[in-house]
Amino acid sequence: MRRRSTIAFLMCLPLIVIITSLVLYPACYSIYLSMLNKSQTRFIGLGNFSFLLSRDVFWMVMEQTAIFALSAVFFKAMIGLITAHLINNLPVKGQRKWRGMLLVPWVIPLALSSLGWWWLFDPTHSAFNYILSSLGFEEVPWLSSPYWARFSVILVNVWYGAPFFLIMYLAALKSVPEQLYEAASIDGASAWQKFVHITLPMMRNIIAITVLFSLIVTFANFDIVQIMTAGGPRNMTHVFATYSFMLGIRSGDLPLGAATSLFMFPILAFAAIFILRGVRKRGREIG
Amino acid sequence: MSTAAAVAARAPQSRGVRASLSRNRRWALITSYVFLVIFAIFFLIPPYYMVVTALKSDAEVAHMATNPWIVADGFTLDQFKILLTQTDFLIFFKNTIIVTVSVVAITMVVSVLAAFSLGRMKFWGSSILATGIFLTYLVPDTLLFIPLFQIVKAVGLLNSYWGMILVYPTLTVPFCTWIMIGYFQSIPKELDEAALIDGAGHMQMLTKIFIPVALPGIIAAMIFAFTVSWAAFVYPMAFLYSADQQVLTVGTVTSLIRGDVYKWGMLMAGALVAAAPPLVIYAFLMDYYIAGLTAGATKG
Repeated sequence: MRRRSTIAFLMCLPLIVIITSLVLYPACYSIYLSMLNKSQTRFIGLGNFSFLLSRDVFWMVMEQTAIFALSAVFFKAMIGLITAHLINNLPVKGQRKWRGMLLVPWVIPLALSSLGWWWLFDPTHSAFNYILSSLGFEEVPWLSSPYWARFSVILVNVWYGAPFFLIMYLAALKSVPEQLYEAASIDGASAWQKFVHITLPMMRNIIAITVLFSLIVTFANFDIVQIMTAGGPRNMTHVFATYSFMLGIRSGDLPLGAATSLFMFPILAFAAIFILRGVRKRGREIG
Repeated sequence: MSTAAAVAARAPQSRGVRASLSRNRRWALITSYVFLVIFAIFFLIPPYYMVVTALKSDAEVAHMATNPWIVADGFTLDQFKILLTQTDFLIFFKNTIIVTVSVVAITMVVSVLAAFSLGRMKFWGSSILATGIFLTYLVPDTLLFIPLFQIVKAVGLLNSYWGMILVYPTLTVPFCTWIMIGYFQSIPKELDEAALIDGAGHMQMLTKIFIPVALPGIIAAMIFAFTVSWAAFVYPMAFLYSADQQVLTVGTVTSLIRGDVYKWGMLMAGALVAAAPPLVIYAFLMDYYIAGLTAGATKG
Protein backbone atom coordinates (compact mmCIF):
# COMPACT_ATOMS: atom_id res chain seq x y z
CA MET A 1 0.00 0.00 0.00
CA ARG A 2 2.81 2.32 0.89
CA ARG A 3 4.59 1.49 -2.36
CA ARG A 4 1.42 2.28 -4.25
CA SER A 5 1.11 5.76 -2.84
CA THR A 6 4.79 6.42 -3.51
CA ILE A 7 4.27 5.55 -7.17
CA ALA A 8 1.17 7.73 -7.24
CA PHE A 9 3.14 10.64 -5.83
CA LEU A 10 5.97 10.12 -8.32
CA MET A 11 3.48 10.23 -11.19
CA CYS A 12 2.29 13.62 -9.97
CA LEU A 13 5.79 14.94 -9.48
CA PRO A 14 6.26 16.52 -12.97
CA LEU A 15 2.96 18.33 -12.52
CA ILE A 16 3.88 19.49 -9.02
CA VAL A 17 7.24 20.75 -10.27
CA ILE A 18 5.63 22.72 -13.13
CA ILE A 19 2.92 24.23 -10.97
CA THR A 20 5.23 25.14 -8.11
CA SER A 21 8.05 26.58 -10.18
CA LEU A 22 6.04 28.28 -12.93
CA VAL A 23 2.78 29.29 -11.26
CA LEU A 24 3.06 29.37 -7.45
CA TYR A 25 6.61 30.69 -7.26
CA PRO A 26 6.04 33.45 -9.87
CA ALA A 27 2.81 34.43 -8.14
CA CYS A 28 4.59 34.87 -4.81
CA TYR A 29 7.63 36.40 -6.47
CA SER A 30 5.32 38.91 -8.14
CA ILE A 31 4.23 40.17 -4.71
CA TYR A 32 7.85 40.61 -3.66
CA LEU A 33 8.77 42.20 -7.01
CA SER A 34 5.96 44.72 -6.70
CA MET A 35 7.58 46.08 -3.53
CA LEU A 36 10.89 46.98 -5.16
CA ASN A 37 11.95 50.19 -6.85
CA LYS A 38 12.35 50.42 -10.62
CA SER A 39 15.97 49.19 -10.74
CA GLN A 40 15.06 46.45 -8.24
CA THR A 41 17.74 47.54 -5.81
CA ARG A 42 15.67 48.86 -2.94
CA PHE A 43 12.67 47.62 -0.99
CA ILE A 44 9.97 50.29 -0.99
CA GLY A 45 7.05 48.45 0.63
CA LEU A 46 3.73 49.50 -0.79
CA GLY A 47 5.25 52.46 -2.62
CA ASN A 48 4.30 51.22 -6.09
CA PHE A 49 0.73 50.60 -5.03
CA SER A 50 0.31 54.02 -3.48
CA PHE A 51 1.95 55.60 -6.53
CA LEU A 52 -0.54 53.87 -8.82
CA LEU A 53 -3.49 54.84 -6.67
CA SER A 54 -2.39 58.47 -6.70
CA ARG A 55 -2.54 58.64 -10.50
CA ASP A 56 -5.68 59.54 -12.39
CA VAL A 57 -4.66 57.31 -15.31
CA PHE A 58 -4.66 54.26 -13.08
CA TRP A 59 -8.14 54.99 -11.77
CA MET A 60 -9.25 55.33 -15.36
CA VAL A 61 -7.67 51.96 -16.16
CA MET A 62 -9.57 50.37 -13.27
CA GLU A 63 -12.79 51.97 -14.43
CA GLN A 64 -12.24 50.89 -18.03
CA THR A 65 -11.33 47.31 -17.01
CA ALA A 66 -14.58 47.11 -15.05
CA ILE A 67 -16.63 48.56 -17.91
CA PHE A 68 -14.89 46.33 -20.44
CA ALA A 69 -15.28 43.11 -18.48
CA LEU A 70 -18.78 43.62 -17.09
CA SER A 71 -20.40 44.84 -20.28
CA ALA A 72 -18.60 42.30 -22.47
CA VAL A 73 -19.57 39.39 -20.20
CA PHE A 74 -23.16 40.61 -20.05
CA PHE A 75 -23.55 40.76 -23.83
CA LYS A 76 -21.66 37.50 -24.36
CA ALA A 77 -23.99 35.78 -21.92
CA MET A 78 -27.09 37.24 -23.55
CA ILE A 79 -26.05 36.44 -27.11
CA GLY A 80 -24.92 32.98 -26.04
CA LEU A 81 -28.24 32.29 -24.36
CA ILE A 82 -30.28 33.56 -27.32
CA THR A 83 -28.28 31.70 -29.98
CA ALA A 84 -28.29 28.50 -27.91
CA HIS A 85 -32.08 28.67 -27.73
CA LEU A 86 -32.40 29.40 -31.43
CA ILE A 87 -30.23 26.42 -32.33
CA ASN A 88 -32.07 24.20 -29.88
CA ASN A 89 -35.32 25.11 -31.65
CA LEU A 90 -34.09 23.71 -34.95
CA PRO A 91 -34.56 20.15 -36.15
CA VAL A 92 -31.73 18.00 -34.73
CA LYS A 93 -30.21 17.38 -38.16
CA GLY A 94 -29.49 21.05 -38.80
CA GLN A 95 -28.17 21.87 -35.33
CA ARG A 96 -24.66 20.57 -35.93
CA LYS A 97 -24.12 22.75 -38.99
CA TRP A 98 -25.23 25.93 -37.23
CA ARG A 99 -23.27 25.16 -34.11
CA GLY A 100 -20.20 24.54 -36.22
CA MET A 101 -20.60 27.82 -38.05
CA LEU A 102 -21.26 29.98 -35.00
CA LEU A 103 -18.25 28.64 -33.09
CA VAL A 104 -15.77 29.90 -35.70
CA PRO A 105 -14.89 33.17 -33.84
CA TRP A 106 -13.79 31.11 -30.86
CA VAL A 107 -11.55 28.88 -32.99
CA ILE A 108 -9.55 31.59 -34.78
CA PRO A 109 -6.63 32.63 -32.56
CA LEU A 110 -7.74 35.91 -30.96
CA ALA A 111 -4.60 37.82 -31.95
CA LEU A 112 -5.26 37.09 -35.62
CA SER A 113 -8.96 37.90 -35.61
CA SER A 114 -8.18 41.12 -33.71
CA LEU A 115 -5.96 42.02 -36.62
CA GLY A 116 -8.89 41.41 -38.97
CA TRP A 117 -11.12 43.60 -36.83
CA TRP A 118 -8.48 46.31 -36.78
CA TRP A 119 -8.54 46.29 -40.56
CA LEU A 120 -12.35 46.48 -40.53
CA PHE A 121 -12.03 49.56 -38.29
CA ASP A 122 -9.16 51.15 -40.27
CA PRO A 123 -9.63 54.95 -40.25
CA THR A 124 -9.29 55.52 -44.00
CA HIS A 125 -10.39 52.16 -45.42
CA SER A 126 -13.02 51.05 -42.89
CA ALA A 127 -15.38 48.65 -44.61
CA PHE A 128 -18.06 49.44 -42.02
CA ASN A 129 -17.82 53.13 -42.86
CA TYR A 130 -18.20 52.23 -46.52
CA ILE A 131 -21.59 50.72 -45.72
CA LEU A 132 -22.56 53.59 -43.41
CA SER A 133 -21.69 56.30 -45.90
CA SER A 134 -23.34 54.52 -48.81
CA LEU A 135 -26.51 54.40 -46.67
CA GLY A 136 -26.15 58.11 -46.05
CA PHE A 137 -24.93 57.96 -42.43
CA GLU A 138 -21.92 59.72 -40.96
CA GLU A 139 -18.66 57.80 -40.76
CA VAL A 140 -17.71 56.48 -37.34
CA PRO A 141 -14.19 57.03 -35.88
CA TRP A 142 -14.08 53.41 -34.63
CA LEU A 143 -10.65 53.47 -33.01
CA SER A 144 -9.62 57.12 -33.09
CA SER A 145 -12.26 58.62 -30.81
CA PRO A 146 -11.83 57.40 -27.20
CA TYR A 147 -15.44 56.42 -26.55
CA TRP A 148 -15.88 54.70 -29.90
CA ALA A 149 -12.61 52.88 -29.28
CA ARG A 150 -13.97 51.63 -25.95
CA PHE A 151 -17.07 50.45 -27.75
CA SER A 152 -15.03 48.74 -30.47
CA VAL A 153 -12.81 46.70 -28.14
CA ILE A 154 -15.87 45.54 -26.23
CA LEU A 155 -17.61 44.62 -29.47
CA VAL A 156 -14.66 42.46 -30.53
CA ASN A 157 -14.56 40.77 -27.14
CA VAL A 158 -18.29 39.99 -27.37
CA TRP A 159 -17.79 38.62 -30.87
CA TYR A 160 -14.99 36.38 -29.70
CA GLY A 161 -16.51 35.14 -26.44
CA ALA A 162 -20.21 34.71 -27.24
CA PRO A 163 -19.68 31.33 -29.01
CA PHE A 164 -18.18 29.90 -25.81
CA PHE A 165 -21.39 30.74 -23.94
CA LEU A 166 -23.38 29.31 -26.83
CA ILE A 167 -21.61 25.95 -26.56
CA MET A 168 -21.90 25.78 -22.77
CA TYR A 169 -25.60 26.69 -22.80
CA LEU A 170 -26.41 24.36 -25.64
CA ALA A 171 -24.82 21.47 -23.73
CA ALA A 172 -26.79 22.48 -20.63
CA LEU A 173 -30.07 22.81 -22.58
CA LYS A 174 -29.65 19.27 -23.86
CA SER A 175 -29.35 17.98 -20.32
CA VAL A 176 -32.75 19.35 -19.22
CA PRO A 177 -35.15 16.38 -19.15
CA GLU A 178 -37.73 16.63 -21.95
CA GLN A 179 -40.51 15.37 -19.63
CA LEU A 180 -40.42 18.63 -17.67
CA TYR A 181 -41.34 20.61 -20.77
CA GLU A 182 -44.01 18.10 -21.76
CA ALA A 183 -45.59 18.28 -18.32
CA ALA A 184 -45.53 22.08 -18.47
CA SER A 185 -47.14 22.07 -21.93
CA ILE A 186 -49.96 19.89 -20.66
CA ASP A 187 -50.47 22.37 -17.83
CA GLY A 188 -50.72 25.09 -20.46
CA ALA A 189 -47.47 26.92 -19.76
CA SER A 190 -46.31 29.48 -22.31
CA ALA A 191 -42.85 29.39 -23.86
CA TRP A 192 -41.73 32.23 -21.58
CA GLN A 193 -43.08 30.47 -18.48
CA LYS A 194 -41.24 27.30 -19.45
CA PHE A 195 -38.05 29.30 -19.84
CA VAL A 196 -38.39 31.06 -16.47
CA HIS A 197 -39.63 28.10 -14.44
CA ILE A 198 -37.81 25.16 -16.05
CA THR A 199 -34.86 26.19 -18.22
CA LEU A 200 -33.37 28.89 -15.99
CA PRO A 201 -33.51 26.93 -12.72
CA MET A 202 -32.08 23.82 -14.40
CA MET A 203 -29.25 25.81 -15.98
CA ARG A 204 -28.56 28.14 -13.06
CA ASN A 205 -25.38 26.44 -12.02
CA ILE A 206 -23.84 26.18 -15.48
CA ILE A 207 -24.75 29.81 -16.22
CA ALA A 208 -23.03 30.88 -13.00
CA ILE A 209 -19.89 28.87 -13.76
CA THR A 210 -19.67 30.17 -17.32
CA VAL A 211 -20.24 33.79 -16.32
CA LEU A 212 -17.64 33.67 -13.55
CA PHE A 213 -15.14 31.89 -15.77
CA SER A 214 -15.68 34.38 -18.56
CA LEU A 215 -15.35 37.21 -16.04
CA ILE A 216 -11.84 36.00 -15.16
CA VAL A 217 -10.78 35.61 -18.77
CA THR A 218 -12.26 38.97 -19.78
CA PHE A 219 -10.78 40.87 -16.84
CA ALA A 220 -7.40 39.47 -17.80
CA ASN A 221 -7.82 40.01 -21.55
CA PHE A 222 -4.79 41.37 -23.36
CA ASP A 223 -4.82 40.55 -27.07
CA ILE A 224 -7.70 42.70 -28.30
CA VAL A 225 -6.72 45.99 -26.69
CA GLN A 226 -2.99 45.51 -27.28
CA ILE A 227 -3.47 44.89 -30.99
CA MET A 228 -6.28 47.30 -31.85
CA THR A 229 -5.47 50.37 -29.76
CA ALA A 230 -2.43 49.56 -27.56
CA GLY A 231 -4.34 51.42 -24.85
CA GLY A 232 -4.95 54.62 -26.79
CA PRO A 233 -6.40 57.07 -27.61
CA ARG A 234 -5.26 59.00 -24.51
CA ASN A 235 -4.90 55.73 -22.49
CA MET A 236 -8.66 55.41 -22.46
CA THR A 237 -8.92 51.81 -23.62
CA HIS A 238 -6.19 50.40 -21.35
CA VAL A 239 -7.15 47.43 -19.21
CA PHE A 240 -5.02 46.02 -16.36
CA ALA A 241 -3.19 43.60 -18.64
CA THR A 242 -2.17 46.09 -21.32
CA TYR A 243 -1.34 48.80 -18.78
CA SER A 244 0.94 46.48 -16.82
CA PHE A 245 2.53 45.37 -20.10
CA MET A 246 3.21 48.98 -21.00
CA LEU A 247 4.68 49.83 -17.60
CA GLY A 248 6.48 46.55 -17.00
CA ILE A 249 7.82 45.45 -20.37
CA ARG A 250 7.69 48.53 -22.64
CA SER A 251 8.95 51.05 -20.08
CA GLY A 252 11.05 48.48 -18.22
CA ASP A 253 9.59 49.13 -14.76
CA LEU A 254 8.89 45.49 -13.84
CA PRO A 255 7.95 46.21 -10.20
CA LEU A 256 5.35 48.78 -11.19
CA GLY A 257 3.98 46.43 -13.86
CA ALA A 258 3.79 43.61 -11.31
CA ALA A 259 1.93 45.91 -8.90
CA THR A 260 -0.55 46.81 -11.64
CA SER A 261 -1.29 43.22 -12.57
CA LEU A 262 -1.70 42.29 -8.89
CA PHE A 263 -4.73 44.56 -8.75
CA MET A 264 -6.48 41.85 -10.76
CA PHE A 265 -5.93 39.33 -8.01
CA PRO A 266 -8.81 40.11 -5.60
CA ILE A 267 -11.39 40.00 -8.41
CA LEU A 268 -9.98 36.78 -9.80
CA ALA A 269 -9.77 35.11 -6.38
CA PHE A 270 -13.36 36.07 -5.67
CA ALA A 271 -14.58 34.59 -8.96
CA ALA A 272 -12.39 31.49 -8.57
CA ILE A 273 -13.87 30.60 -5.18
CA PHE A 274 -17.40 30.74 -6.52
CA ILE A 275 -16.50 28.75 -9.63
CA LEU A 276 -14.97 26.04 -7.48
CA ARG A 277 -18.13 25.86 -5.39
CA GLY A 278 -20.27 25.66 -8.51
CA VAL A 279 -18.14 22.98 -10.15
CA ARG A 280 -18.18 20.84 -7.01
CA LYS A 281 -21.94 21.18 -6.73
CA ARG A 282 -22.38 20.28 -10.38
CA GLY A 283 -20.07 17.31 -9.95
CA ARG A 284 -22.35 16.04 -7.17
CA GLU A 285 -25.51 16.66 -9.22
CA ILE A 286 -24.18 14.60 -12.11
CA GLY A 287 -22.98 11.96 -9.68
CA MET B 1 -36.82 16.88 -30.69
CA SER B 2 -38.92 19.90 -30.11
CA THR B 3 -41.48 20.05 -27.37
CA ALA B 4 -44.28 21.37 -29.48
CA ALA B 5 -43.97 18.55 -32.01
CA ALA B 6 -43.80 15.92 -29.27
CA VAL B 7 -46.89 17.31 -27.59
CA ALA B 8 -48.72 17.57 -30.90
CA ALA B 9 -48.01 13.92 -31.57
CA ARG B 10 -49.16 12.78 -28.14
CA ALA B 11 -52.34 14.76 -27.74
CA PRO B 12 -54.41 14.24 -30.86
CA GLN B 13 -57.69 15.46 -29.33
CA SER B 14 -58.74 17.65 -32.21
CA ARG B 15 -57.47 18.53 -35.60
CA GLY B 16 -57.79 22.27 -34.91
CA VAL B 17 -55.39 22.18 -31.98
CA ARG B 18 -52.89 20.18 -33.94
CA ALA B 19 -53.03 22.48 -36.94
CA SER B 20 -52.53 25.59 -34.82
CA LEU B 21 -49.64 23.94 -32.96
CA SER B 22 -47.88 23.06 -36.16
CA ARG B 23 -48.51 26.53 -37.52
CA ASN B 24 -46.97 28.00 -34.34
CA ARG B 25 -44.16 25.56 -34.70
CA ARG B 26 -43.47 26.66 -38.26
CA TRP B 27 -43.44 30.31 -37.27
CA ALA B 28 -41.05 29.56 -34.41
CA LEU B 29 -38.78 27.77 -36.85
CA ILE B 30 -38.82 30.61 -39.38
CA THR B 31 -38.06 33.23 -36.70
CA SER B 32 -35.24 31.04 -35.40
CA TYR B 33 -33.70 30.83 -38.85
CA VAL B 34 -34.02 34.58 -39.45
CA PHE B 35 -32.25 35.46 -36.20
CA LEU B 36 -29.64 32.75 -36.64
CA VAL B 37 -28.77 34.17 -40.05
CA ILE B 38 -28.33 37.62 -38.47
CA PHE B 39 -26.03 36.22 -35.78
CA ALA B 40 -24.14 34.14 -38.32
CA ILE B 41 -23.46 37.26 -40.38
CA PHE B 42 -22.15 39.04 -37.26
CA PHE B 43 -19.93 36.07 -36.36
CA LEU B 44 -18.58 35.50 -39.86
CA ILE B 45 -17.99 39.09 -41.04
CA PRO B 46 -14.33 39.30 -39.92
CA PRO B 47 -13.18 35.97 -41.38
CA TYR B 48 -15.08 36.73 -44.59
CA TYR B 49 -13.53 40.16 -44.91
CA MET B 50 -10.07 38.75 -44.18
CA VAL B 51 -10.46 36.26 -47.03
CA VAL B 52 -11.72 38.93 -49.44
CA THR B 53 -8.84 41.28 -48.61
CA ALA B 54 -6.23 38.55 -48.95
CA LEU B 55 -7.44 37.79 -52.47
CA LYS B 56 -7.17 41.39 -53.71
CA SER B 57 -4.26 43.14 -55.37
CA ASP B 58 -2.43 45.86 -53.44
CA ALA B 59 -3.74 48.47 -55.85
CA GLU B 60 -7.35 47.54 -55.23
CA VAL B 61 -6.89 47.61 -51.43
CA ALA B 62 -5.14 50.98 -51.48
CA HIS B 63 -7.30 52.91 -53.93
CA MET B 64 -10.68 52.29 -52.36
CA ALA B 65 -12.31 52.86 -55.75
CA THR B 66 -14.51 49.78 -55.50
CA ASN B 67 -16.77 48.13 -52.95
CA PRO B 68 -14.41 46.78 -50.25
CA TRP B 69 -16.69 43.81 -49.47
CA ILE B 70 -16.10 42.08 -52.80
CA VAL B 71 -13.11 41.33 -54.99
CA ALA B 72 -13.78 43.66 -57.92
CA ASP B 73 -10.51 43.74 -59.87
CA GLY B 74 -9.94 40.04 -60.20
CA PHE B 75 -8.68 37.42 -57.75
CA THR B 76 -4.98 37.11 -57.16
CA LEU B 77 -2.78 34.92 -54.98
CA ASP B 78 0.03 37.48 -55.05
CA GLN B 79 -0.42 38.34 -51.38
CA PHE B 80 0.25 34.74 -50.39
CA LYS B 81 3.26 34.60 -52.72
CA ILE B 82 4.76 37.77 -51.20
CA LEU B 83 4.01 36.48 -47.73
CA LEU B 84 5.83 33.20 -48.26
CA THR B 85 8.78 34.50 -50.25
CA GLN B 86 9.57 38.02 -49.04
CA THR B 87 8.84 37.89 -45.32
CA ASP B 88 9.88 35.90 -42.23
CA PHE B 89 6.49 34.23 -42.16
CA LEU B 90 7.83 30.73 -42.79
CA ILE B 91 10.30 31.13 -39.92
CA PHE B 92 7.41 32.06 -37.61
CA PHE B 93 5.51 29.05 -38.87
CA LYS B 94 8.41 26.69 -38.24
CA ASN B 95 9.00 28.12 -34.73
CA THR B 96 5.31 27.80 -33.89
CA ILE B 97 5.25 24.18 -35.00
CA ILE B 98 8.31 23.34 -32.89
CA VAL B 99 6.87 25.10 -29.85
CA THR B 100 3.37 23.66 -30.23
CA VAL B 101 4.45 20.07 -30.84
CA SER B 102 6.82 20.14 -27.87
CA VAL B 103 4.25 21.73 -25.58
CA VAL B 104 1.55 19.24 -26.58
CA ALA B 105 3.94 16.33 -25.96
CA ILE B 106 5.07 17.66 -22.56
CA THR B 107 1.50 18.47 -21.56
CA MET B 108 0.15 15.05 -22.44
CA VAL B 109 2.87 13.12 -20.61
CA VAL B 110 2.64 15.28 -17.50
CA SER B 111 -1.14 15.45 -17.31
CA VAL B 112 -1.92 11.84 -18.19
CA LEU B 113 0.48 10.60 -15.50
CA ALA B 114 -0.84 13.05 -12.93
CA ALA B 115 -4.49 12.47 -13.82
CA PHE B 116 -4.04 8.68 -13.57
CA SER B 117 -2.51 9.07 -10.17
CA LEU B 118 -5.03 11.63 -8.90
CA GLY B 119 -8.09 10.02 -10.42
CA ARG B 120 -7.30 6.47 -9.44
CA MET B 121 -4.60 5.92 -6.91
CA LYS B 122 -5.20 8.57 -4.23
CA PHE B 123 -2.41 9.46 -1.87
CA TRP B 124 -2.03 11.80 1.06
CA GLY B 125 -3.07 15.25 -0.08
CA SER B 126 -4.26 14.14 -3.52
CA SER B 127 -7.69 15.74 -3.30
CA ILE B 128 -6.16 19.05 -2.19
CA LEU B 129 -3.79 18.79 -5.13
CA ALA B 130 -6.69 18.20 -7.54
CA THR B 131 -8.42 21.35 -6.27
CA GLY B 132 -5.14 23.23 -6.51
CA ILE B 133 -4.78 22.19 -10.15
CA PHE B 134 -8.20 23.59 -10.93
CA LEU B 135 -7.32 26.88 -9.23
CA THR B 136 -4.05 27.21 -11.17
CA TYR B 137 -6.06 26.78 -14.35
CA LEU B 138 -7.90 29.95 -13.36
CA VAL B 139 -4.70 32.00 -12.93
CA PRO B 140 -4.45 34.07 -16.14
CA ASP B 141 -1.22 34.53 -18.08
CA THR B 142 -1.50 38.30 -17.74
CA LEU B 143 -1.00 37.93 -13.98
CA LEU B 144 2.16 35.86 -14.41
CA PHE B 145 3.99 37.32 -17.37
CA ILE B 146 5.98 39.89 -15.39
CA PRO B 147 7.44 37.53 -12.77
CA LEU B 148 7.91 34.92 -15.52
CA PHE B 149 9.88 37.52 -17.49
CA GLN B 150 12.41 37.57 -14.66
CA ILE B 151 12.48 33.77 -14.46
CA VAL B 152 12.86 33.27 -18.21
CA LYS B 153 15.61 35.88 -18.18
CA ALA B 154 17.34 34.18 -15.25
CA VAL B 155 17.50 30.83 -17.07
CA GLY B 156 18.82 32.57 -20.18
CA LEU B 157 15.85 31.86 -22.44
CA LEU B 158 14.72 35.43 -23.05
CA ASN B 159 14.19 35.98 -26.77
CA SER B 160 14.31 32.26 -27.53
CA TYR B 161 11.39 30.07 -28.51
CA TRP B 162 12.69 27.47 -26.06
CA GLY B 163 11.49 29.86 -23.38
CA MET B 164 7.97 29.42 -24.79
CA ILE B 165 8.27 25.65 -24.45
CA LEU B 166 9.17 26.28 -20.81
CA VAL B 167 6.26 28.60 -19.97
CA TYR B 168 3.36 27.46 -22.20
CA PRO B 169 2.72 24.31 -20.11
CA THR B 170 1.42 26.63 -17.37
CA LEU B 171 -1.44 27.40 -19.77
CA THR B 172 -2.16 23.81 -20.80
CA VAL B 173 -1.21 21.35 -18.04
CA PRO B 174 -3.76 22.34 -15.35
CA PHE B 175 -6.80 22.16 -17.63
CA CYS B 176 -5.70 18.98 -19.40
CA THR B 177 -5.02 17.27 -16.08
CA TRP B 178 -8.38 18.40 -14.77
CA ILE B 179 -10.37 16.96 -17.68
CA MET B 180 -8.28 13.77 -17.76
CA ILE B 181 -9.05 13.17 -14.06
CA GLY B 182 -12.72 13.25 -15.01
CA TYR B 183 -12.27 10.83 -17.89
CA PHE B 184 -10.20 8.39 -15.83
CA GLN B 185 -12.67 8.47 -12.95
CA SER B 186 -15.47 7.49 -15.30
CA ILE B 187 -13.73 4.19 -16.13
CA PRO B 188 -15.28 1.35 -14.10
CA LYS B 189 -13.19 0.15 -11.14
CA GLU B 190 -13.72 -3.49 -12.16
CA LEU B 191 -11.38 -3.00 -15.10
CA ASP B 192 -8.33 -2.19 -12.98
CA GLU B 193 -9.17 -4.90 -10.47
CA ALA B 194 -9.23 -7.42 -13.29
CA ALA B 195 -5.91 -6.09 -14.54
CA LEU B 196 -4.37 -6.30 -11.06
CA ILE B 197 -5.52 -9.94 -10.71
CA ASP B 198 -3.87 -10.68 -14.04
CA GLY B 199 -0.67 -9.27 -12.58
CA ALA B 200 -0.42 -6.01 -14.46
CA GLY B 201 1.72 -3.24 -12.99
CA HIS B 202 0.59 0.35 -12.70
CA MET B 203 2.32 1.39 -15.89
CA GLN B 204 0.83 -1.53 -17.83
CA MET B 205 -2.57 -0.67 -16.43
CA LEU B 206 -2.18 2.91 -17.65
CA THR B 207 -0.94 2.08 -21.15
CA LYS B 208 -3.04 -1.04 -21.78
CA ILE B 209 -6.34 -0.01 -20.22
CA PHE B 210 -6.66 3.62 -19.25
CA ILE B 211 -5.17 5.32 -22.27
CA PRO B 212 -7.09 3.25 -24.85
CA VAL B 213 -10.39 3.51 -22.96
CA ALA B 214 -10.03 7.24 -22.30
CA LEU B 215 -8.82 7.99 -25.82
CA PRO B 216 -11.63 10.47 -26.61
CA GLY B 217 -10.63 12.43 -23.52
CA ILE B 218 -6.98 12.31 -24.52
CA ILE B 219 -7.80 13.62 -27.99
CA ALA B 220 -9.91 16.40 -26.50
CA ALA B 221 -7.06 17.36 -24.16
CA MET B 222 -4.55 17.29 -27.02
CA ILE B 223 -6.72 19.56 -29.13
CA PHE B 224 -7.01 21.95 -26.21
CA ALA B 225 -3.25 21.98 -25.66
CA PHE B 226 -2.67 22.48 -29.37
CA THR B 227 -5.06 25.38 -29.81
CA VAL B 228 -3.87 27.15 -26.67
CA SER B 229 -0.18 26.92 -27.61
CA TRP B 230 -0.89 27.90 -31.18
CA ALA B 231 -2.86 30.99 -30.16
CA ALA B 232 -0.75 32.10 -27.17
CA PHE B 233 0.03 35.79 -27.41
CA VAL B 234 1.00 37.37 -24.08
CA TYR B 235 4.14 35.34 -23.42
CA PRO B 236 5.72 35.65 -26.89
CA MET B 237 4.76 39.33 -26.94
CA ALA B 238 6.62 39.87 -23.68
CA PHE B 239 9.55 37.46 -24.06
CA LEU B 240 10.45 37.37 -27.77
CA TYR B 241 11.69 40.27 -29.85
CA SER B 242 13.79 39.10 -32.77
CA ALA B 243 12.23 37.75 -35.94
CA ASP B 244 14.17 34.48 -36.07
CA GLN B 245 12.71 33.42 -32.70
CA GLN B 246 9.20 34.79 -33.19
CA VAL B 247 6.00 32.74 -33.31
CA LEU B 248 3.05 33.21 -35.67
CA THR B 249 0.61 35.23 -33.57
CA VAL B 250 3.05 37.94 -32.54
CA GLY B 251 5.07 37.74 -35.76
CA THR B 252 2.00 38.40 -37.86
CA VAL B 253 0.76 41.38 -35.89
CA THR B 254 4.17 42.99 -35.31
CA SER B 255 6.93 41.98 -37.72
CA LEU B 256 4.82 41.96 -40.88
CA ILE B 257 3.90 45.57 -40.22
CA ARG B 258 6.77 47.69 -41.49
CA GLY B 259 6.67 51.44 -41.79
CA ASP B 260 3.55 53.53 -42.02
CA VAL B 261 1.98 51.85 -45.02
CA TYR B 262 0.24 48.70 -43.91
CA LYS B 263 0.19 45.98 -46.54
CA TRP B 264 -3.27 44.85 -45.54
CA GLY B 265 -3.61 42.24 -48.27
CA MET B 266 -0.49 40.46 -47.13
CA LEU B 267 -1.34 40.90 -43.44
CA MET B 268 -4.71 39.27 -43.97
CA ALA B 269 -3.13 36.47 -45.99
CA GLY B 270 -0.72 35.91 -43.07
CA ALA B 271 -3.50 35.92 -40.50
CA LEU B 272 -5.47 33.39 -42.54
CA VAL B 273 -2.57 30.99 -43.05
CA ALA B 274 -1.68 31.31 -39.36
CA ALA B 275 -5.27 30.59 -38.32
CA ALA B 276 -5.62 27.65 -40.71
CA PRO B 277 -4.24 24.79 -38.56
CA PRO B 278 -6.65 25.31 -35.63
CA LEU B 279 -9.53 25.78 -38.09
CA VAL B 280 -8.68 22.57 -39.95
CA ILE B 281 -8.47 20.60 -36.70
CA TYR B 282 -11.77 22.11 -35.63
CA ALA B 283 -13.40 21.21 -38.94
CA PHE B 284 -12.39 17.58 -38.69
CA LEU B 285 -12.58 16.98 -34.94
CA MET B 286 -15.40 19.31 -33.92
CA ASP B 287 -16.95 16.89 -31.42
CA TYR B 288 -13.68 16.35 -29.55
CA TYR B 289 -13.03 20.08 -29.62
CA ILE B 290 -16.41 20.81 -28.06
CA ALA B 291 -16.07 17.97 -25.55
CA GLY B 292 -12.83 19.53 -24.33
CA LEU B 293 -14.47 22.95 -24.12
CA THR B 294 -17.44 21.89 -22.04
CA ALA B 295 -15.57 19.40 -19.85
CA GLY B 296 -14.03 22.20 -17.80
CA ALA B 297 -17.29 23.03 -16.11
CA THR B 298 -17.95 19.54 -14.82
CA LYS B 299 -15.97 17.32 -12.56
CA GLY B 300 -16.29 13.86 -14.01
